[in-house]
Amino acid sequence: MLENLSRRQLFSGVGAGLAGTTLGALGFGGIEAAHAAAIRPFKLERTVETRNTCPYCAVACGVILYSPPGEAAGKRTVRHVEGDPDHPTNRGTLCPKGAALLDFIKSPTRLMAPRYRGPGEKQFREVTWDWTLDQIARRLKDDRDKNFVAANKDGVTVNRWTTTGFLAASATSNETAFVTYKVVRSTGAVVFDNQARV
Amino acid sequence: MTNLWTDIRNTDLVIIMGGNAAEAHPCGFKWVTEAKAHRGAKLIVVDPRFTRSASVADVYAPIRQGSDIAFLLGVVNYCIANNKVQQDYVKLFTNATYLVKDGYGYKDGLFTGYDEAKRDYDRSSWEYQIGADGFAMVDETLQNPRCVWNLLKQHVAVYTPEMVERICGTPKDKFLKIAAMIGETSSPTKAMTSMYALGWTQHSKGSQNIRGMAMLQLILGNIGIRGGGMNALRGHSNIQGLTDLGLMSNLLPGYLTLPMEADADLGTYMGKRGFKPLRPNQMSYWQNYKKFFVSFQKAMWGSAATPDNQFAYHYLPKLDVPTYDVLRAFELMFDGKMNGYVCQGFNPLLSFPNRRKLTVALSKLKFLVVMDPLDTETARFWENHGEHNDVDPTQIKTEVFQLPTSCFAEEEGSLTNSGRWLQWHWRGSDPPGQARHDLWIMAQLFRRLRALYEKEGGAFSEPITKLHWPYADPNEPKAEEVAREVNGYVVESVKDPNDPAKTILEAGKQVASFAALRDDGSTACGCWIYAGSYTEAGNMMARRDNSDAGNAGLYSKWAFSWPANRRILYNRASCDLSGKPWDASRKIIEWNGQNWAGFDVPDIAPTARPDVVMPFIMNPEGVGRLWVRGMMKDGPFPTHYEPFESPIANPLAPKVRGNPVARVFKGDMEQFGDARDYPYAATSYRLTEHFHFWSKHVWVNAVLQPEFFVEISEQLAKEKKIEPGSWVRVWSKRGAVKAKAVVTKRIKPLICDGKTVHIVGIPLHWGFTGAARKGYGPNSLTPFVGDANVETPEFKAFLVDIEPIPAPATV
Repeated sequence: MLENLSRRQLFSGVGAGLAGTTLGALGFGGIEAAHAAAIRPFKLERTVETRNTCPYCAVACGVILYSPPGEAAGKRTVRHVEGDPDHPTNRGTLCPKGAALLDFIKSPTRLMAPRYRGPGEKQFREVTWDWTLDQIARRLKDDRDKNFVAANKDGVTVNRWTTTGFLAASATSNETAFVTYKVVRSTGAVVFDNQARV
Repeated sequence: MTNLWTDIRNTDLVIIMGGNAAEAHPCGFKWVTEAKAHRGAKLIVVDPRFTRSASVADVYAPIRQGSDIAFLLGVVNYCIANNKVQQDYVKLFTNATYLVKDGYGYKDGLFTGYDEAKRDYDRSSWEYQIGADGFAMVDETLQNPRCVWNLLKQHVAVYTPEMVERICGTPKDKFLKIAAMIGETSSPTKAMTSMYALGWTQHSKGSQNIRGMAMLQLILGNIGIRGGGMNALRGHSNIQGLTDLGLMSNLLPGYLTLPMEADADLGTYMGKRGFKPLRPNQMSYWQNYKKFFVSFQKAMWGSAATPDNQFAYHYLPKLDVPTYDVLRAFELMFDGKMNGYVCQGFNPLLSFPNRRKLTVALSKLKFLVVMDPLDTETARFWENHGEHNDVDPTQIKTEVFQLPTSCFAEEEGSLTNSGRWLQWHWRGSDPPGQARHDLWIMAQLFRRLRALYEKEGGAFSEPITKLHWPYADPNEPKAEEVAREVNGYVVESVKDPNDPAKTILEAGKQVASFAALRDDGSTACGCWIYAGSYTEAGNMMARRDNSDAGNAGLYSKWAFSWPANRRILYNRASCDLSGKPWDASRKIIEWNGQNWAGFDVPDIAPTARPDVVMPFIMNPEGVGRLWVRGMMKDGPFPTHYEPFESPIANPLAPKVRGNPVARVFKGDMEQFGDARDYPYAATSYRLTEHFHFWSKHVWVNAVLQPEFFVEISEQLAKEKKIEPGSWVRVWSKRGAVKAKAVVTKRIKPLICDGKTVHIVGIPLHWGFTGAARKGYGPNSLTPFVGDANVETPEFKAFLVDIEPIPAPATV
């Protein structure tokens, strides 16, 4: 039966029993009701757990993400992050960065929308994904068409593009990285690096 | 890492040098704590500062940043002189016995073949003597003066304890104590592990720093054993993955290399990649290169890569310079030769050297695309933030597109840790607002670019229009689909040549390992070293069995470790010539008369006889190299070079500035400062509470370390009249920063070459976006020069001056 009781209900029940105890005897009978009313539901009472990996250093500690149950698809959130006790390397422990991961996920400076800043402008303005992606693809193609080097001055086939570069991210997954490799290298781009260089 | 995090508990001696594991890898460092607590292991820390790693060490020694080679070769010298060498291991498993050509030599800081005008060497004399049989010649008696061992003895003889003190500033008695502790691990039953990071890589001779320790570990017999190894502590959660997958100018996935212009066709390209064994019966596993290359080309271009077009060889660009690394990229930008730049999850304005130069460079771009979960300084390089970003936006014409991406919690996929473990993670939430996954964004850019080429034509469009794009939803590849591509799969069924009725590889199936890959186009594989990560048995990276057979610390059923789930690399070197472990208490594998077996996947063919096939199977020699032929640009042995900005001249080669073959762009040599004008030796580093310029966006971390500061010794503070906690200006030839001064006992002046050298410590982490206070970073000051072999910038050693200033009106 206990699992069907919410914490609030449990304490309400307990609170009622206090009336007959010391506090009640001292005349503080109204406190129990106020106390029970002030208790909020325990955030981790029912959660969905997901196993993930800390994104910071290369120890790659296991973490567990706790999400509220019943959230709509596309709108799921994380409510709490802890170290994963099953992980052989960190065994549930985290460092000051990993321990604060929730504040990263929910940082006020998370980017929420595509933005564009025009030449000489003093501010970003919000734009749509469709517009942005089309603009970028257009600029990539125009730059590549204009500056692609098919053969060098000795007539050797080189198929090289040096006027646009790509800097990849070493906190992206291997799968993101491989697709990034495919997309970038197939253009003949050679200005292409990631944090491993520095 | 050659070993892995949990294996560190098996060691007897940890040396933290060129890194600061307690602060930069706290949960990995816990394994050092375990080793100390349960095995009585000792910890040595050698660092310019008394770091938190030093605070729990058994021995700490100071060292001037940029002088590690002198220290390491000093230890090598000590070990050889005092016979602290694992003799059998050295004779069997290293190239100590190999004979070197007569033309090779070294004198006064330079090797033979130096061309000062070109800043390069003719390395043709840096080669083994080759016998009539085509193999390298050896002298097992080690008497021949041209054998590597004798050349090594000669080379390191100058690094006496007195010379180490003179160059490094490390007191002789401290150095000798450490050398003695290290020497003890030459015993076959004693292990030492090296834990190093960017304190070694971020120098103009960074690769040689690491070489120095690798040589020492080989001499001590500490490679391929439990508790041993070269443990490179990588920086980011998937920097190992990005390195392995080759997202670098000159790489293909799996450490294959992009063709140069001289590689006019596939035949010529492969002609230089034969990797014939240099000694009889050695594996020289890179002989399989063509299988990996062709399989990669099939993964990229599928049915468009055929024998008829050399497997789409010309779809790959060819390099005209060794690499278009980030320093070259920003140099080109600075010269107005680049138009666009796409920055995915990286903040170069703060992370690359010489910020003033970077700002000018970015301002010359036509367009910049930034993809990030956070609002970075690079995305806002054009925006005025007073003295923290003093630019005039009206003068900056660069278009900037800022794309919001998901973060780790919102993504599914694998990451590769420093110990080569590929670990799968699952998504717990969805990207906020309109943020999207990187996979979706890259797919969108690709599809639109391809559509434009299909519609309009344009420059050589085939590599784009024929890129293999097999995803169920072409708009957004799923992580599992991509993981399967990377593992590799069979394109065309392969029959058994001895029995045509039998199919040995079935089309459409995942390959079980890279041993299945072929060079005839019948297999495809995104990254050969990741083969085995997602097989017909399923997603090996998602395995969560945390049992540990034999309590060895290997956890072989957890996730997938490349290559082929091997946990300790070169593990055959843990056994002697008969295949018996040097140390029975730390057995990894053993030869049972027929094959190798034990707690780890043997890093050698299972039936390769222990007295025939040597452990370093990727090398044509089969053994580890104490002397590396012409394979490194700046020398077959490391030698001490000063940083480009140094407080003293090189005592061994006073006329040589920095690394004599490091690339310096025109205009950057003039931007190096002299000790006369910039008397103090600066270095840069991270704090425990922060991760680069990322965690200042995180409230808790911003509270823990809210603002920029520099660290100086009590002696320097007294000399410059700097009060603790007061404001200072620190400047180099390239820029200036303002910070609060932390005056500390953790830094002490060193005496180097008779001169007092003061060290100024400059942490990174602050900028002008995020939750922390606005501040500066060390890269306003750092020099624009990189390692001679790989171009990693010299962030760790440069010159500055410092003075007290009044507190700013607003902070």
